[in-house]
Amino acid sequence: MPNRSIQKALAMLALALVMSACGGSTPTPEKLQTPVFHAAGNPGLLSDWNIAHIEDSVLVLNENVLPFDLNSPLFTDYAHKLRTVWMPEGVSANYTQNDALDFPVGTIISKTFYYPRLEGDTRDSLAVVRTDDYGRDYKNTGLDLAGLDLANVRLMETRIIAHREEGWIALPYVWNEAQTEAVLKRAGDLKNLNLVNAADGVHTPFPYIIPNSNQCAGCHGTNSNTREIKPIGPKARHLNKNYAYADGIQNQLAKFTKAGYLTGLPPMGEVAKTANWQDMTLSLQERARGYLDINCAHCHSTVGPADTSGLHLEPSTKYGSYLGVCKVSVSAGAGTGGFLYDIDPGHADTSIIPFRMNSIDPGIMMPELGRSTIHAEGVALINAWITQLDGNCGDPQTGN
Amino acid sequence: MFAKGLIQSTGIARLGLGVTLGLGCVGMLLTGCNGAEQAHDPAIIDASYQEILQTQLLDAKPGDVIIIPEGVFSFDRSLSLTVDGVTIRGAGMDKSILSFKGQVAGAEGLLVTASDFTIENLAIEDTKGDALKINNGNNIIIRGVRTEWTGGPKTSNGAYGIYPVQTTNVLMEGNVAIGASDAGIYVGQSKNVIMRGNRAEYNVAGIEVENTINADVYDNIAIHNTGGILVFNMPNLSQEGRNTRVYNNKIYDNNTKNFAHKGTAVASVPAGTGVAINSNDFVEVFNNEIRDNKTANIIVSSVYSTNYSSSDMGDGYDAYPEGIYIYDNTLGGGGTSPDGLELKALKLAMFGIGGALPDVLWDGYADTDKTVDGVMPANLRICVNNGDAGVLNADGPNGFKKPHMATEDHQCDLPKLPAVVLESAQ
Repeated sequence: MPNRSIQKALAMLALALVMSACGGSTPTPEKLQTPVFHAAGNPGLLSDWNIAHIEDSVLVLNENVLPFDLNSPLFTDYAHKLRTVWMPEGVSANYTQNDALDFPVGTIISKTFYYPRLEGDTRDSLAVVRTDDYGRDYKNTGLDLAGLDLANVRLMETRIIAHREEGWIALPYVWNEAQTEAVLKRAGDLKNLNLVNAADGVHTPFPYIIPNSNQCAGCHGTNSNTREIKPIGPKARHLNKNYAYADGIQNQLAKFTKAGYLTGLPPMGEVAKTANWQDMTLSLQERARGYLDINCAHCHSTVGPADTSGLHLEPSTKYGSYLGVCKVSVSAGAGTGGFLYDIDPGHADTSIIPFRMNSIDPGIMMPELGRSTIHAEGVALINAWITQLDGNCGDPQTGN
Repeated sequence: MFAKGLIQSTGIARLGLGVTLGLGCVGMLLTGCNGAEQAHDPAIIDASYQEILQTQLLDAKPGDVIIIPEGVFSFDRSLSLTVDGVTIRGAGMDKSILSFKGQVAGAEGLLVTASDFTIENLAIEDTKGDALKINNGNNIIIRGVRTEWTGGPKTSNGAYGIYPVQTTNVLMEGNVAIGASDAGIYVGQSKNVIMRGNRAEYNVAGIEVENTINADVYDNIAIHNTGGILVFNMPNLSQEGRNTRVYNNKIYDNNTKNFAHKGTAVASVPAGTGVAINSNDFVEVFNNEIRDNKTANIIVSSVYSTNYSSSDMGDGYDAYPEGIYIYDNTLGGGGTSPDGLELKALKLAMFGIGGALPDVLWDGYADTDKTVDGVMPANLRICVNNGDAGVLNADGPNGFKKPHMATEDHQCDLPKLPAVVLESAQ
């Protein structure tokens, strides 16, 4: 389990936070660091939100900032992600079954994108490591920014979504080269990086794209009619996983509840659970549907921005044409790859979905945003799933 | 508001220009006042404008007018607007040019998800995907916009030029679309649309109305596309289209080889198609000048004779074209050299080497569940009352075995559709 050390590290942090929240220990006042919720305006610096601070070249989460993880994460060019949630005192999220948890006004959710650096590289190196190993990312309780000769990371951006009276706002902050501060870049940005495959040492240059604020809404405006911005990851089914906290393995939803961040959690038996797409003990079907859920369904839902396509990849979509099975494309353009069906059962090599996942051409690729590289392992999963599907799409001339 | 937008944008400040910029010589920003010609020199394309414009789009408030100055501006990422009530206005479709030649990310040039939106007098060039997409908005005006892939018709061009989808009350006028590998000027899954005075050339589909209810398409020019004007209904969508009027258009020489990606609906359109109606209902085609489209001036067909039907096309999808009324068009010179071996053979067999397919080609698919004693209810018929225009029934349901002339069968009239009423078009 490559994530163990990050989890331990964060767990220690979380424990410390819980203890301090419970009055179990009293940190010295000058060390108390509490997030600052901005009810209006667009704070220019990430530090204005005060969700973390840098101490001896370590990025440390501030008081009551709770890290979390998802069963299956969105793929973003192999970036590692540190997700956090914070709420002001006296409020908590209400449990919801399908949508994101009903977070109260005042909630700040952050997602920091970073990469492990290549061992021994200088800070100005554009090389970042493609690896699932989080083991070297952390020092004690925080992200290790310096790490002498090992384990240092390159911070790319921190995305904040915060719940204001008038709704959620989404703001992208881009970390400076010195890794001391992240600056608001509402128009987005582009950073050229060099992805180094830890396994074979192959270098792949790619443009790491920081979305503009509207593009944040492009994914987070999950209902294309209201266009209201909402968190995507922190849904009960995605959060429903164990996390190795220092005080023992614990379910994240239970932890949220204990921390006072969640009310109304039903018995765990009633809470859905997205498959971890990497969990080989689960069926291909579960893993593939879990992957499609977190990577696609925020747009490809019955109310999402991609409802124009008639392709709905939510977990509730039944196996059939709305899931893409034998479904012809509506407006895919170059995205068809010359193929007729989104999913051609038994034939991954003639199915549109893996074709589009396997492209980095902006006119072809899916998702449209958020990646400049191919998620080879994700493509392999969807290919494997489609390959073992039965059925055939009939004769296009007769429809029979 | 314009001045405010400029002041706020840091890029302008960097250029050291004053507050009064908004009043007059906007072109100076880039090239000096007489710089319109210079601005087309790629050597002085301004890349810093990307952040300026995107920030203006982010900061826009309802009622704002965002001015695009004269010049060629390059972008490597998509632009997007989500604020209602905004107008984006350039200095002209040949003067204010947004070039996406170096685009590395984003599925379109400009994505708008907002209502009460107007865009006019500018060009969007060489996007990797769609040029201008407007997804889910009401009261949209697209006027004097040019979308173009400057390397001519190529499969590698982006799919759609002007692409409003799931919109209501849409006016598209005076636009130009060139080189789209799907549709140049398109509207889909929308309601209440007027497309007029546009010019579409060298696209696969010049002008296309898809799954749309109530559209008037008139005074347009569609030339040198694969298909001039298409009215389609695609399966698996939440809305089926009906009630489209295509009139007073000039639809000539749409004989460009189909360069769509295989698997798209328009990939099934034969080169040499003037007007094509596919699986759509209540479509009126009249007073158009349709000529020299070498497969057929008008094709009426079902999804079943295309290559993109499937066994599961969604609940209740109606695959048949019904209530089609073709009259008073000026037709000529069509069908002389149809695209595809089957149609070539058909032409040769029925009309000889020097002959031509008739003006109207019908694939022959009809919904037998609706016929009474083999006859369609009157309002669902395909009626061609267009002088001496002939109708060929290609006998698709029987494997195209016995194609035959059916001009007499289709001599009928239908009630005329009401005009689309659109406030912005008054």
